[in-house]
Amino acid sequence: MYNGRIQLVAILGSIILIIFIFLLIRKRKLKEEYSVLWLFFSFVFLILSVWRGSVDWIAAKLGIAYAPAALLLVLVMAIYIIMIEYSMIISKLADTNKNLSQEVGILKEELEELRKEVEASKEKGKGKKQ
Amino acid sequence: MIKSEKRDSLKVLIIIPAYNEEDNIVGVIHEIHEDFPNFYILVINDGSIDNTSELARSTGLARVIDLPVNMGIGAAVQTGFKYAHKNGYDITLQFDGDGQHMVKEISKIVDPVIQGDVDMMIGSRFVQNLESYKSQPVRRLGIKIFNFISYLLIRQRIKDQTSGFRAFNKELIGFLAKYYPVDYPEPEVIILLGKNGFKIGEVFTQMRERQGGASSIPLSRGPFYMTKVLLAMFMAALREKRIKPKSDV
Repeated sequence: MYNGRIQLVAILGSIILIIFIFLLIRKRKLKEEYSVLWLFFSFVFLILSVWRGSVDWIAAKLGIAYAPAALLLVLVMAIYIIMIEYSMIISKLADTNKNLSQEVGILKEELEELRKEVEASKEKGKGKKQ
Repeated sequence: MIKSEKRDSLKVLIIIPAYNEEDNIVGVIHEIHEDFPNFYILVINDGSIDNTSELARSTGLARVIDLPVNMGIGAAVQTGFKYAHKNGYDITLQFDGDGQHMVKEISKIVDPVIQGDVDMMIGSRFVQNLESYKSQPVRRLGIKIFNFISYLLIRQRIKDQTSGFRAFNKELIGFLAKYYPVDYPEPEVIILLGKNGFKIGEVFTQMRERQGGASSIPLSRGPFYMTKVLLAMFMAALREKRIKPKSDV
């Protein structure tokens, strides 16, 4: 009975996680691009909870004596991979950010020079009229 | 010595990255202008919180690019390359805003680039000998490790990997506008250029003792810095070539 209850909780938890991610995407709070890994691992958790004995099977295959440790391994791997993806995203953002800042700096300088030129030619125009 | 007409016919841009350099920047600009009135001066104000930008502008001798936030030396210098590339400059020169670099030494690094002997010329603090350079033994050890690794990677001995006193030709302006490394740029640029078949030269130039402020790398962060730079150097060496080396063309 105990085992059945934990399975139910695990299945419900996985489904809620999947629905939650879908909702976030639908509300555009999460980009599809960045949700792939979350969805993937949510489905992995769903499979693990539906297929009883999967954790034991993985533990046996990997030679893990204490089966729940296999579950933790899957969890840690999931978090690890998602964190790496985040580091990649941050690196890309930092690069874009840098390029934008440089562009802003260069454009501001150009604008300043143009403004000066316009002012100067205005002054010149006034001088001629008088 | 190079004929001054040749030097004058080229558009030379001096890039001065500056972060909170209000004490030195005006002096540096005037000094450069006095000796090299035909050189264009560009100050990259890297998000300073003091009056660096206003003071540099007030000289009327320099263009000033204000980066909206502090981005670090690499990004600041790259901004200069982007500007130079966009505006068709022939030669760029990196010159620190803190008064360490000496104007009278500029010819030494610019002339070989103008003459086409090298693509990048480094003004080095210790081409002659490292021992005479005043610094702690730990720093010297770090420098030696850099030199050794750098030699392994590009088969050229560069004694002052971290010198920021450098001149670049037109081809490099376009190349570095795209690929200038950001975090710890000086040693990485050497590997990047060496691996891509550019010619690097090094010449001894006198430098002043640091006027004020501390080294950008405090000793406590030394190992961290070394690790990061070495990683960056190895990665620069392992990356695919950005362009074909000239010998293949």
